Amino acid sequence: MKILVCIGNVPDTTTKIRFDADMKNLDTNGVQWVINPWDELALTRALEIKEQSGGKIEKVSVINVGKADAEPTIRKALAIGADDAFRIDADPIDSYFIAAQIAEIAKQENYDIIFAGKESSDFNGANVGSMIAEFMDITSVSAVTTFDLVDGNINLKREIDGGKETIIVDTPFVAIVQKGICINPRIAAMRGIMMARTKPIKVSAPVETEVLVECQTFDLPEPKAACKMIEPENTDKLVELLHGEAKVI
Amino acid sequence: MSIIVFTENRNGKLKKNSFEAVSYAAVISANTSKPVVAISVGNVDNDELSKLAKYGASKIVAVNDQKWLDHDSREYTKLIAEIAEKENADTFVFSHSNMGKAIAPRLSVRMKAGLLSGVVATPVSFNPIAVKRKTYNGGAFQLVTVKSAKSVITINPNSCSIVEKPVDVNIEAYTPQTAYNAGTKVQAADVVTGKVILTEAPIVVSGGRGLKSGDNWGQLEELATVLDAGLACSRPVSDEGWRSHEEHVGQTGKIVAPDLYIAIGISGAIQHIGGVSGSKVIVAVDKDKDAPIFKYADYGIVGDAFDVVPRLVESFKKFKNS
Ligand SMILES: Cc1cc2nc3c(=O)[nH]c(=O)nc-3n(C[C@H](O)[C@H](O)[C@H](O)COP(=O)(O)OP(=O)(O)OC[C@H]3O[C@@H](n4cnc5c(N)ncnc54)[C@H](O)[C@@H]3O)c2cc1C
Ligand SMILES: Nc1ncnc2c1ncn2[C@@H]1O[C@H](COP(=O)(O)O)[C@@H](O)[C@H]1O
Repeated sequence: MKILVCIGNVPDTTTKIRFDADMKNLDTNGVQWVINPWDELALTRALEIKEQSGGKIEKVSVINVGKADAEPTIRKALAIGADDAFRIDADPIDSYFIAAQIAEIAKQENYDIIFAGKESSDFNGANVGSMIAEFMDITSVSAVTTFDLVDGNINLKREIDGGKETIIVDTPFVAIVQKGICINPRIAAMRGIMMARTKPIKVSAPVETEVLVECQTFDLPEPKAACKMIEPENTDKLVELLHGEAKVI
Repeated sequence: MSIIVFTENRNGKLKKNSFEAVSYAAVISANTSKPVVAISVGNVDNDELSKLAKYGASKIVAVNDQKWLDHDSREYTKLIAEIAEKENADTFVFSHSNMGKAIAPRLSVRMKAGLLSGVVATPVSFNPIAVKRKTYNGGAFQLVTVKSAKSVITINPNSCSIVEKPVDVNIEAYTPQTAYNAGTKVQAADVVTGKVILTEAPIVVSGGRGLKSGDNWGQLEELATVLDAGLACSRPVSDEGWRSHEEHVGQTGKIVAPDLYIAIGISGAIQHIGGVSGSKVIVAVDKDKDAPIFKYADYGIVGDAFDVVPRLVESFKKFKNS
């Protein structure tokens, strides 16, 4: 079996969000780019499963839809332990487009398990994973918090309202993962970084897709009014304000 | 043409997000003259279903077939597409919930319908549909326009209001034509009953590293009980094992958007705020007057949690009893 992990290239989570003058594009000055946090967890879990599988999982590949400037992030995924990588050379402008590209490669190369993260930390779509599955007409499982390979069978847990469900699933399928899937993301070691230099990144041109949505502009949240400070002895006052002024209790 | 709303239920009761979604669809309906058709899958009786009419659903397509109760997103997508054809629907409204997030993107691909996800307000235009959606973890909003003839919208929980708009309703018990042929099989469910569900709670009480140890949660639990609130925590708290991972909120944990979020001993790191910035009102208690959380809070108390929380419990109790 082969696993394909989708890797988004996103601004570091501490980035101060600013846009250019016409509010159409992120101001990328000084932005540090990282692997999308959930994708890092997905990759870690994929590598763990491969190691436990006794050869049943032959390889773990990563895929990114992005321009050449995403390559350091892809190299990082290779340094963490992915065997090889695909990059679809295009601006990752919308989730439908991204998913169409990934589905194309996953089909061509016969991947059995595809991992995607629950959402990208910049776009916050929560779209791509399920879209890939529909493009391929295969099963998808969302909100996956546990992924185990038991005697060659795949056992998952997914989050539902107020709890969890244990499910078994047929391959091929897409697992859309979130917190819980592994303890800590794996960090690249020196040896991994050296080895990553020679691992292949296959670059290909995008396939054509329809454009279904268009981003017009961004806008920033209204600046918040100053915080009303209340004396610690005066919690009654807070309750009064929450009731009378804020009307939330 | 019509607007389809996918509703959700639990134990035979419609969830609040269903009423939000129907209200949202009713706004589109008022501007486009398309009727609102609600889909319900599960064992929900007609009395309960007819509540949807109060918010603008004039037709309800109800599927109550045991084998459809396990949620397989691929099969659900087929089912909705089948009903969409029958109802001649071109607009679809979901909640941006676990279920909505699992199905809506698939439906978008299947119907070639532009997907607008995590929407925070009613459309800014209707022809074509354009909406404001949350992005950068609440650090910005994006105005997105649909280019395709059809559209799929998922709305963020607790960000769009429930508005009464009573209409006459016709409830149709529906048997799916599509065979249920799921690639997933549910083996077991482990659901805590009676506990307030964090992502749905109108009030959330949340503790951070300032509480020093998992043993110090008694007062927070009491506060949550008094307020009927969900309990949450910052990431280090769950990483340390002081509280369960289910309670971790923030960018990498759960996203919550209650009416009232009470943060106790939480410094207000950007990744934490990313998961709570949709809250209507934030109250912060922290002993450091310069803690960043006060930049995001509406009401703040600078003080020691071990001193302030018991007072809060007393004040809220007094309020409840008055
Ligand atoms: C990729 C990434 C993702 C992350 N995702 C998340 C996430 O989803 N959620 C999240 O929460 N964090 C997340 N973090 C971690 C985040 O950066 C912070 O480290 C974390 O939120 C801090 O938690 P805290 O506020 O509980 O602790 P601290 O920052 O240590 O703050 C403790 C606060 O308690 C106050 N305090 C101490 N004693 C008392 C007392 N007796 N009474 C009152 N106040 C007191 C202190 O003044 C301080 O302000 C993420 C980090 C990264 C890098
Ligand atoms: N440009 C991209 N290249 C590869 N994978 C991506 C890309 N964008 C998003 N993804 C994957 O899709 C998931 C959900 O992203 P989104 O739908 O944008 O919130 C991410 O966690 C990634 O796994």
